[in-house]
Amino acid sequence: MGKTTGFLEHDRKAENLRAADERLSDYKEVYDPVCEEHLRNQASRCMDCGIPFCHSGCPIGNVCPEWNDLVYRGQWEKAWERLTATNNFPEFTGRLCPALCEEACVLGIHEGPVTIRMIEKNIVEKAYERGIVKPGPPLSRSTKTVAVIGSGPAGLAAADQLNKAGHTVTVFEKDEKAGGLLRYGIPDFKLEKWVVDRRLKLMESEGIKFVCNLNPEKKDLVDFDAVVVATGSGTPRDLPIPGRELNGIHFALDFLAGQNRLTSSIEGAEQWGKINAKDKHVIVIGGGDTSSDCVGTSLRQGASSVTSFELMPMPPDGRTEDYPWPFWPMKMRTSSSHLEGGDRFWNIMTKSFNGYQGRLRSLTTVSIDWDKPQDGSRPKLIEVPHTEQIWQADLVFLALGFLGPRSDDVISRLGLDVDQRSNIKTGSEYQTDISGVFASGDCHRGQSLVVWAIKEGRECAAAVDQWLMKENSRLPLVDGIDLTAVKRF
Amino acid sequence: MKKNTLNYYPEKQGMYNPALEKDACGVGMVCHLKGHKSHMIIEKALEVLANLEHRGATGYDPDTGDGAGILIQIPHDFFKSVVDGLPDAGQYGAGSVFLPQDQSGRHSCEMILEKYLQAEGLEIIGWRDVPVDQSAIGELGQSTMPYIRQVFVASGSVALDALDRHLFIARKLAENEILKSDIEGKNQFYLPSMSSKLIVYKGLMRSFRVSIFYPELTNPLMTSGLALVHQRYSTNTFPAWPLAQPFRFISHNGEINTVRGNMNWMKARQGLFESELLGTGLERLFPILTEGASDSAIIDNAIELLYHSGRSLPHAILMLIPEAWQHHAEMPAANRAFYEYHACIMEPWDGPASIPFTDGEVIGAVLDRNGLRPSRYTVTKDDLVIMGSESGVLEIEPDNIESRGRLQPGRMLLIDTTKGCIVEDQQIKSDLAAMKPYREWLDNNMICLNEIAEPDGRSLLLDLNSDDLAAHQRLFGYSQEDLKIVLGPMAQKGMDPIVSMGNDTPLAVLSERSRQFCDYFHQLFAQVTNPPLDCIREELVTSLLSYIGKQGNLLKENPELCKMLRVNQPLITERELQKISHTENDVIRSITLSTTFEVGPSIDKILKEALDNLCAEAEHAVLAGCTFLVLSDRSCNKKRAPIPALLAVSAVHQHLVRKQLRTHTALVLDTGAPRSAHHFACLIGFGADVVCPYLAFATLRDLASRKLYVDLDAESACTSFIKAVNKGLLKIMSKMGISTLQSYRGSQIYEIVGMNSSVTDEYFTGTVSRIEGVGLKQIAEEVLINHKAGFETALPGAVELQDGGLYQWRREGENHLYNPATIALLQEAVEKGDYNLYQKYADLISGEQAKLSTLRGLFDLKKAAQPVPLDEVEPWTEIVKRFKTGAMSYGSISSQAHETLAIAMNRIGGSSNSGEGGENAERFRPDPQGNWRISKIKQVASGRFGVTSHYLINAKELQIKMAQGAKPGEGGQLPAEKVYPWIAKTRMSTPYVQLISPPPHHDIYSIEDLAQLIHDLKNSNPEARISVKLVSEAGVGTIAAGVAKGKADLILISGYDGGTGASPMTSVKHAGLPWELGLAETQQTLIMNKLRSRVRLECDGKLMSGRDVAVACLLGAEEFGFATAPLVAIGCVMMRVCHLNTCPQGIATQDPRLAKKFKGKPEYVVNFMKFIAEDFRRYMSEMGFRSVDEMVGRVDLVEMKAAVKQWKAQGLDYSAILRSVDSLPEERRCTEVQDHGISDTVDCTLIADAQAALEGGLKIEMDLKIRNVYRTIGTMLSSEISKRYGAEGLPEDTIKINCYGTCGQSFAAFGAKGLSMFVYGDANDYLGKGLSGAKLVLRPDKKAAYVAEDNIIAGNVALYGATSGEAYIRGQAGERFCVRNSGVNAVVEGVGDHGCEYMTGGCVIVLGDTGRNFAAGMSGGVAYVLDENGVFSEKRCNTELVDLEKIDDQNESIKIQGMIQKHFEYTDSPVAKKIVDNWDQMKNSFVRVMPRDYKLALKRIAAENSSANA
Repeated sequence: MGKTTGFLEHDRKAENLRAADERLSDYKEVYDPVCEEHLRNQASRCMDCGIPFCHSGCPIGNVCPEWNDLVYRGQWEKAWERLTATNNFPEFTGRLCPALCEEACVLGIHEGPVTIRMIEKNIVEKAYERGIVKPGPPLSRSTKTVAVIGSGPAGLAAADQLNKAGHTVTVFEKDEKAGGLLRYGIPDFKLEKWVVDRRLKLMESEGIKFVCNLNPEKKDLVDFDAVVVATGSGTPRDLPIPGRELNGIHFALDFLAGQNRLTSSIEGAEQWGKINAKDKHVIVIGGGDTSSDCVGTSLRQGASSVTSFELMPMPPDGRTEDYPWPFWPMKMRTSSSHLEGGDRFWNIMTKSFNGYQGRLRSLTTVSIDWDKPQDGSRPKLIEVPHTEQIWQADLVFLALGFLGPRSDDVISRLGLDVDQRSNIKTGSEYQTDISGVFASGDCHRGQSLVVWAIKEGRECAAAVDQWLMKENSRLPLVDGIDLTAVKRF
Repeated sequence: MKKNTLNYYPEKQGMYNPALEKDACGVGMVCHLKGHKSHMIIEKALEVLANLEHRGATGYDPDTGDGAGILIQIPHDFFKSVVDGLPDAGQYGAGSVFLPQDQSGRHSCEMILEKYLQAEGLEIIGWRDVPVDQSAIGELGQSTMPYIRQVFVASGSVALDALDRHLFIARKLAENEILKSDIEGKNQFYLPSMSSKLIVYKGLMRSFRVSIFYPELTNPLMTSGLALVHQRYSTNTFPAWPLAQPFRFISHNGEINTVRGNMNWMKARQGLFESELLGTGLERLFPILTEGASDSAIIDNAIELLYHSGRSLPHAILMLIPEAWQHHAEMPAANRAFYEYHACIMEPWDGPASIPFTDGEVIGAVLDRNGLRPSRYTVTKDDLVIMGSESGVLEIEPDNIESRGRLQPGRMLLIDTTKGCIVEDQQIKSDLAAMKPYREWLDNNMICLNEIAEPDGRSLLLDLNSDDLAAHQRLFGYSQEDLKIVLGPMAQKGMDPIVSMGNDTPLAVLSERSRQFCDYFHQLFAQVTNPPLDCIREELVTSLLSYIGKQGNLLKENPELCKMLRVNQPLITERELQKISHTENDVIRSITLSTTFEVGPSIDKILKEALDNLCAEAEHAVLAGCTFLVLSDRSCNKKRAPIPALLAVSAVHQHLVRKQLRTHTALVLDTGAPRSAHHFACLIGFGADVVCPYLAFATLRDLASRKLYVDLDAESACTSFIKAVNKGLLKIMSKMGISTLQSYRGSQIYEIVGMNSSVTDEYFTGTVSRIEGVGLKQIAEEVLINHKAGFETALPGAVELQDGGLYQWRREGENHLYNPATIALLQEAVEKGDYNLYQKYADLISGEQAKLSTLRGLFDLKKAAQPVPLDEVEPWTEIVKRFKTGAMSYGSISSQAHETLAIAMNRIGGSSNSGEGGENAERFRPDPQGNWRISKIKQVASGRFGVTSHYLINAKELQIKMAQGAKPGEGGQLPAEKVYPWIAKTRMSTPYVQLISPPPHHDIYSIEDLAQLIHDLKNSNPEARISVKLVSEAGVGTIAAGVAKGKADLILISGYDGGTGASPMTSVKHAGLPWELGLAETQQTLIMNKLRSRVRLECDGKLMSGRDVAVACLLGAEEFGFATAPLVAIGCVMMRVCHLNTCPQGIATQDPRLAKKFKGKPEYVVNFMKFIAEDFRRYMSEMGFRSVDEMVGRVDLVEMKAAVKQWKAQGLDYSAILRSVDSLPEERRCTEVQDHGISDTVDCTLIADAQAALEGGLKIEMDLKIRNVYRTIGTMLSSEISKRYGAEGLPEDTIKINCYGTCGQSFAAFGAKGLSMFVYGDANDYLGKGLSGAKLVLRPDKKAAYVAEDNIIAGNVALYGATSGEAYIRGQAGERFCVRNSGVNAVVEGVGDHGCEYMTGGCVIVLGDTGRNFAAGMSGGVAYVLDENGVFSEKRCNTELVDLEKIDDQNESIKIQGMIQKHFEYTDSPVAKKIVDNWDQMKNSFVRVMPRDYKLALKRIAAENSSANA
């Protein structure tokens, strides 16, 4: 807000998507790079609100106005410092976060909100570009060692924080390379993997040890003073309807992980990359981010058609009275993948998969309606009579969300308690019923956004630090009013 | 009760503190130029007194005035007739003595007095009872009436010329002994006078009853050649005989703003007193100043001391009340030296003052540097000189008038009756200046800081690497905001940062965080009883100069006294500090003391010990001869933490004052703590001489090197920062009405909120603090939190500084009542009409979930055993009639927002407030949809924008805004670019011309002035309630009592935390108090004075929930105001950018692009008010009240929460707030109506006589004999015109009134078009204020022989805020002629200082001299000044905003000539005649005063018009 009238002079202008046919021909990031002037103009739109609702809408409490201001002033180093003080991995959230902050942006009440996410991403990239990012190992080490199991965003955030606090941290990853969902779940066109590698390298240079291809047993952990379980929410929701056994029906993540390995040429990728949509009629069941990733990946592989189904009704284009500003609205969201092709259908339920010789050929759906009871209880699903429809399908991806951590995981090996939703059960301080063992991220709170994983990782790290050192942790935690937690009804 | 202190008032109790009592008054004097004694002089003086009656006041007992009296020469003939054995005239002394009624007490007092008189070598001749008529005084006065006697003392062995000195010594000693004794009724013992020359008759009575009470005053033998009279208006109605005036040498109309500091300095100086005249054992006379007496009594004490130690009365007075010499372009060098010399030994006693004085031979009067009190005099052909607060206090035949004058700012009128002449001001001063070679003394002895050579040696620059710098910043509690919002902008813009919206963060004592120590200190400010100053437009009276070092003996005059260091401003750089600490010479001998303490495990005593040590070291150093003590916290490190700088300096200051050593040394502060103007103001206000803020400088150098928030080089950044602080300091001083840093220093003009008395009594002695709070332990803890943060190794990636969040909400920062959750919930609730959502919001504000943020957060409201069923409680539809929206001007908010609020309030029967900015007359009728957009409350603020007769008559309530919570004591400014044409129209000004609201109302410099304005407004709209808006501060209850006596119908107490469109940051955070304190004080004080039942009380300032309303009601409020919350209801999201015109919600903006984003609806506001009322009803029900009336003032049902968990709040004690004053239910709330006394005024007759004109539009002409006691003539008549004919009024000269005599105040105020008033005589203050189209002609009586253009004919502040009309004044007018004029065309033959100040429109022609500072703040309109000798152009005009030009336009020339021609036709002025006759030549002698803004605006408007026509 070095410029008080910035928002009157510049309209919102986010990053440009590269041309659809161009981006369909590769797996590179979908956006064109932006120039510095563009960034400063966009940053100048930030009004430096007396109450920055964005800051309250962000689960990790990013102080957007501060770094928007610094970007406008061209103070990239200070912007980087301020940004990374609340966010361990802005290069991830800057690409992946649905930007809760932008929905809470005051400017968004009447017009396009500040392009906070774009600015965030570019602060990181400028910082790397200009050599601002330097390893910052702790000045002194404690005698404590911590094992972090799982190298997704929650595990990495916990590891990063614990390392800052001076503890010696080892991260275990069951797969070939660290990164978890960031590496295997998110397509490159959303997050190129060099971004992950760059971060891992920095963390290593700050003293964090990564052990891959190892799903640790109890014995591997006995030497650690504390253990953080951050294994994610790996159990996909299935769709147990007639024909489910047919060939050609896959969980979305299996499909995505395959292509991600191929893109990064990870050893043994061919093995993983057997599911291919080329010249196939693809149907994606489910309407979330994973679904959209399947759409984009299928289109890149050369699918004949891509269709996605969503059980819920089509959301409204904008806010409705039920979701007034500054709260996160249920509204239509269209990703770059959706813009690249394919069809989307709502209020549609798959009744059966139909096949021939064990191979999927089509599926049958029915249209549905939702009945909203007056008493405010959950809406009821009603099938609309005579609306059965048969859809040609060679491949179906189930993108129906995740039910919780995999049961064959560390959970059983360590004998951790789980809650009703099969997430790891902890006290308020992230500690499980086993002393010294903590849990954070999706395996703890259930599937969610990267930003929540980072928040969990940070909070868990502070809890571990406090438990280890028996004194108040100095790791910073975000406190204060969190809009996502304000209960209205 | 404190022993040995006089208690004229009730004890300190609850929120009431007698130290905060105020008074003001009317003064007068009559003398014979040649000193001829006669009874007639006394008669005339008493007549003057009676004619000043309206300047005084009475309390609930109408027969007991606030006090009146007369000071005359010893009436020897009379005394001879009643006292046996009296020596010849002049050979004896007579004392007027108030004694205890108790006989034995009386006897004891007499014995003691006699003892000391005899000890002085005097002989008692005898005593006499003074006959009095008790029936002349009211019950209240009788209840405390002393036994009144006179004592007569022969000179005995004492030389005659020493007689008075010995009488003085004897009196002092007797007073001291009796005060310390336990004599029954000792508080009644008091000597109004004891002298060989003068005697005082005074008491608690109304002015016209003095001679009835003292029948001997009418005895023809009673003669005198001179007399002083005084009529007091005190804020309270407590009987206090001794405080009636005159005192022994003076009477005083005014207020000493700096009295606390003056008393301390005087006390500190006592140690150095030596006087040959007064002899040895001077300390027996101490204290020189009477603790617990009024400021007027105290200044009399000081003058008395200086007089008896050998200075003449004029000399003594000019030492205490010097004129503004520092920036005086025309002052002779010798006079300047005189003042500068005396500035070394005495700080000014600053404040408004008109002080008549006499020693029995000379008689005179002096006016303060600002001219803030009226003083008019007339010299008659038969050698009488009559001076008074008003002209016309004595009827004089016009042909007997020799001359008429007024006291000018800083000037003295002196009559030497022995020589039989008037001594001109210039003569008095040049005589005094020539007494000693002051200039030479100064040149030989004084050192200037900037002339000292730079010493070699180590640098004191704090050059740190960035890590260390950050560590130091954390150590002193810096946050990111300090860089981005405080230091950066201060350096970049050279001014105190401006912010908007109010404060919604917790008081320091309620905060969970470590807060700046200065946050506990709340600035006091001037309201009502004295005016704040405008340090920008009236810069010439201000000064930051000071003289520091070791002071000398006040009672001597010698060159030694100016061995001082002169510093131009209180902030010094590191280099300058180095000069002080490394120079040794006659003046400077310095030592550096560390103000740090070792961090240890036990924090209970750590600070106490450190402070004890520091004070002991300081004392030791002073005794060892150090003249400069440098208190430094530079040596902080991991092991040592800083004592809060303010605590350290005040502790040392107070300690040295107590030891009478303070004036032996200067206190230099070298500290990392201060960075905002408030910090520096606190440090200096509690005793620091100069401050070197090394960390602020280091931070600025760092920001400059990184080009972060500052785009200047390091040195410029520091210089600019100093400039910003200087401006901020001046502003803080001037909001208290203090003009010079010297008198501000040590004046302790603060209230401490949330600190316990063991700290405040010891280290901040005498400063108000009423609710206890933190002790040294918690203060140490706060320091240690920062110390830890400072020196602990940071984790990688941690931010260097915390965000802060004091100004802008941050999750990690300070708690704000308005935050994302409360705003989101409230907006959704009112938009959907959902009470449950409101309840969630209310829970966050004041429910279980609420964070501790306000004092009321710790209130427990007692539930009734038997709640009242909710449906039996007064319905919400009734309750909302007590609700109001706050005063927000159209201009500060958009028309949509403004009208939305008005429509909503009109729908529910509540009231909205126009704010300061007029109101479009279209809104006085319903809109096409049938919505009423009229604001029931019309505000009258200092700018008087759009305040016309028509505006006033269209109100249900007229609110006089004395102060605004967010910036009490300050004015405002609407920058030119925001004065869009539609705003200008409503404000009756010119588009694109900036509008300035002055800090004071220029017609309210005192309580009697406010009473006058209340009277004026009541006349302008007899149906409307008159309300007065005050801001909570220590003493507001006392002021409210005065306001109630001044006949206000309603008093609004605003909290300091209210909103604002633009205010300096330091004001928003640090000026004023929470309303809980002010409201409680007001309620208690009004009940104690039995005045509560006459006025309604209203409260506002962050009222956000039903509980807030309940608390306000229980503390005494009957009506409730909301401003920020309704704005939130219509979309405000607390952007805090109102001052930038960029409100993205279309509320606080005039930018059409943004205004169209406004989404608010009246329904939202209605819902909000309904929810608040419903919420409030639930509290009523729970507490057992059916109606609001029953609940008002039931403070007995409030307790303080028992278990307070928050670590700092534990020490709070609310017993003062929650004190319930014994009263009947009908004494707790408003149950009576004020008697405004307007039913039998002159206007009632005029209206009756003008029916033909009013009803039929017929032209009529009337004759009227007038006197000064007839006030506000023509106003009510004008209201009748406006009522019938709207803003248009009647055709010119429809009602013509010829008046003969002296106009009372506010003559023709708000005079409407069609009214023409021709006065033959003269006029007092506020002539034609708010003139709304009327024509006004003022000329001397035709029989008067004096030369009109050389004499004064109109008082001060004529045509203030006038919007249209014409005025022709033959003769000179006083100060501030046409101030804030926006449309009147006026011709006058000379004006005083500050002419055409803040003018925004109209045309003023001055055919004579002007005073200084003409055209200050003048942004519009044109003035033409006849400047034949060039003095005006060179010295008198303030050209900051205006250009001086020649008349070069033919049309213009014709227009001006025409106006002067009219002036001649109406007034027969020979001056006008001469000019008109020689116009072609004379026009070249005129200077056109053209505001630059205005010129541009005219061009712009012309361009816009021509493009519109094209």
